[in-house]
Parts: sequence; structure tokens; C-alpha cells
Amino acid sequence: MKNLIWLHPNDNVAIAAASIAAGEIVAVDSQEIVCRAPISLGHKIAIRNLCSGDKVLRYGEIIGVMTENAHAGDHVHLHNMRSAYTPSHHRGHQ
Amino acid sequence: MTMFQGYLRKDGRKGIRNIIVVIYLVECAHHVARTIVQKSGHADVHLIGFPGCYPSEYANRLMTNLATHPNVGGCLLVSLGCESFDRDTLQEAILASGRPCELLVIQNCGGTIGTVTAGIEAITRLREAAANPELVPLDYADLVIGTICGGSDGTSGITANPAVGHAFDYLVAQGASCIFEETGELIGCEDVMAKRTANPEVRAAVYDAVKKAEVYYRTLGYGSYAPGNADGGLTTIEEKSLGAYAKSGSSDIQAVLKLGERPAQGGLYLLDIVPDGQIPMGFPNINDTAEIVEMIASGCHMILFTTGRGSVVGSAISPVIKICANPDTYMRMAGDMDINAGQILLGQASIAQTGAEIISCIENTVKGVPTLSEAMGHQEFILTYKSL
Repeated sequence: MKNLIWLHPNDNVAIAAASIAAGEIVAVDSQEIVCRAPISLGHKIAIRNLCSGDKVLRYGEIIGVMTENAHAGDHVHLHNMRSAYTPSHHRGHQ
Repeated sequence: MTMFQGYLRKDGRKGIRNIIVVIYLVECAHHVARTIVQKSGHADVHLIGFPGCYPSEYANRLMTNLATHPNVGGCLLVSLGCESFDRDTLQEAILASGRPCELLVIQNCGGTIGTVTAGIEAITRLREAAANPELVPLDYADLVIGTICGGSDGTSGITANPAVGHAFDYLVAQGASCIFEETGELIGCEDVMAKRTANPEVRAAVYDAVKKAEVYYRTLGYGSYAPGNADGGLTTIEEKSLGAYAKSGSSDIQAVLKLGERPAQGGLYLLDIVPDGQIPMGFPNINDTAEIVEMIASGCHMILFTTGRGSVVGSAISPVIKICANPDTYMRMAGDMDINAGQILLGQASIAQTGAEIISCIENTVKGVPTLSEAMGHQEFILTYKSL
């Protein structure tokens, strides 16, 4: 079972300590989660169901806001969350 | 406690390297200056310069600080002749610091060939004049150490950055001055950071610096966030910030430094890199090297550089220690990485153990052992326009 790093008990996302394939089962806080998308090392996975507008917590601090609903096991990234400050930019998405 | 030896400069500061810098004063003099450095063939001759032809108080201040940095033993100024840079004031400041300094004006030296020939001769004289500076005891209280992250990813805030924070806590406890910066990458950290300030004035200065950065970057349309950050799993500037912030460790913040300002005594400092007032110029710092140069201008003897995606840069004047956050990146680029902090992610070392490795690398660097980027000849440098 692949390792997730859950940095703070208030966090609703965890960090992949290695790349994880879709369908793999991962464990965090004695809970098992089916990974619903491929997650690369260092990327975030939802560890509970999230609603659009929910604050995303990492290190126990707010790192952004959900723009869509997500299930536990979903990849959390640019496609479903945003900054509360300046927008993030990406090649081809500027 | 005395642990090391350093080069005593006439102004009383102590260096850990004895570099001759060749300084071009406008882009038009860049090729000539670079040719002098290349033909001189010495690893301790570094090239720095300023490309602009218009005057800049920022460039004057930073160039003066860089040319009189404790790691610098002497300077050769290369001017085209018609640019605005105040070369005479710069030369006077360098000479007043007790360092040898020569000035070549290309338009008065027979153009390219004449100036290159004169420059190579000048380097020989400057290296002789700067050779064998007095070696004196140097301890942590004499050192200024900066930290920066570049090519951050989702692992940076878990491994390399907290390991540097651990090293910073040790350095501050030993009496060193430590600088962290890039207030644009502290957006979202203002509340947690304010709890660590030494007094209400510093607390207000921290809030002001982060607010100013947030307004500045929002006006320019982009946060301090690059496509590689997204590829590596960082989604927002505040997520990147909270990871970057971990480099600062847990010491109280003594003061917020302005550009070119040096720490008054040991302790932890935040360098405010965003100009005050209106926004007449572009991004506060256009790349990592611009940040490194500003920290060296604030006196840093060396820089701790954390990277997740994998940066290769070093620097002119002060050595750069590269700390790799991501174990996959380390496998691909081990030859560039002084420290493998990705081992924390694999459960093979703790943050404290990696912090101790960083301290050991710092001590070796002070003793003269080249860092990997230094040994490979990385001497990146950039200085552009900025308002103060």
C-alpha cells in the first residue's frame, strides 16, 4: 500500500510520497481510500469528500478554495481548486 | 567559540572566499569583460555587471555592496565610456574599503582588443595585490547565510525546506545572521509569521511587506508561481508560500531588511524584496538568481538553495549549497545536489538528521571546500532595474 503524507490533523488533503496509479488503495489516518486518478509524487489527494467553496487545508493552513466538488481519492489541483490571492498560471493556460 | 578561519578585510568584515570580480557597467561592455575573465583563466575571477545605460540608485547601491562584499578581494571595472553608471563613485567606494580596484574605459583603451589586453594585465596585478589576505579566527557570529527556493514542488515544503529551517534554528542559536526573503512567496503566511516577530514594530513590518507583495503581484497579473510548480503538485501561491516559509525555521524574526541593508547582529531576518510605492518597473525579481544577488548584497557569505524540480544554478561571489527536496529529482540530477533531502520522504532520514547534514556542508564550505555548483563553475549573476 502506497504511503500518503498527512501533514496536519485538520488537513482535508494528503500528499503522495510516491506516484500512485488510479484504482490503487492508499491509507491515511487508519482510513483506506481508493485513488480515483493517477497522482504523481508531491501532488495532493482528497482524503474526504469536498464541496465547491470548501477551503483546502495543508500544514493545517488554508492553501486555497475548491471550485468543484471532489470525492475522497480525487486528485486536487488546478482543475478543481484556486488561490484566494493571485490566480495560478500554467503553460498553455495563461 | 572559534571554529573557522576567514579573510580579514580592512573594514573589519570577514570573508570565506577571496574573489576578484570583473564588473561591466553596461551591456555594451559585457563581451569585453567576459573575454577578460575567460582569458585570465582563473576560477577565482568572477564576472558580474549591470546591463542598463540609464542611471539606477538600486544598481548603484547593490553594485557597491557586491564589490565590497567580504568574499571579494579586488575589482576591475569595465566601462564602455558613455553609459550613465557612476563609475567614479563606485571606484572610490571600493578603494575606500581597502580593496585594489582598476578602471578600464573601452573607448579610451583601444576598443575591444586593447581593453582585453589591458584587462588581462590588470587581473594579474589585482590578484597579486589581493593575494594572501590576513587569516583570522571566524565563528558563526561572523557569518551571514541566506536561503532561497527555486523550482519548488509538492515535496519542497515537506523535506528540504523544513530541513533548512532546522539548520537555520541551529545557526541562529550559534549567533549567525540568517536571511529569508521573497515576500511574494510568503503570501498566505502573514498570520503565522506575525506570531514569531520580536516586537510590534517588526510584526507591523511583516504584515506591510506581505500586503505590499500581494498588491504588487496582483497588479502585474501573475503570482510568484511557475509552470513547474504546477507540474510538481503545487496548486496555489499560498500553498507554495507555506512550504517556502518552512525554510525560516522557528526563531523570532528580528527585523525586516530593506534592499541592500545588512543584518545589524545575529538573528533571523526577512528581506523585503518588493519596491515601495507605485509600480514603475516589472516583476520584483525576474528569476532565482536576482534573489540570490540581493541576498549577497545584504552580506550573505553563502546561500542555501532548496529545489524540488531541480535547479542547477550557483552564483558569483558566494557559494550556493543545493538541497534537493524530491527523491526522484535527486536520482536524475545527483551531480548538482549537495544534499539529498528527498530521503526524508522515503523515511530514510529525519528532518533533524538532514538539517545536521546541511550544517556539516555549511562548515565544509566555510573551510573552503567547493560546493558542487561552485566546483562546476556556476557563477550565475543578474542585476537589472528596480526602484527602491
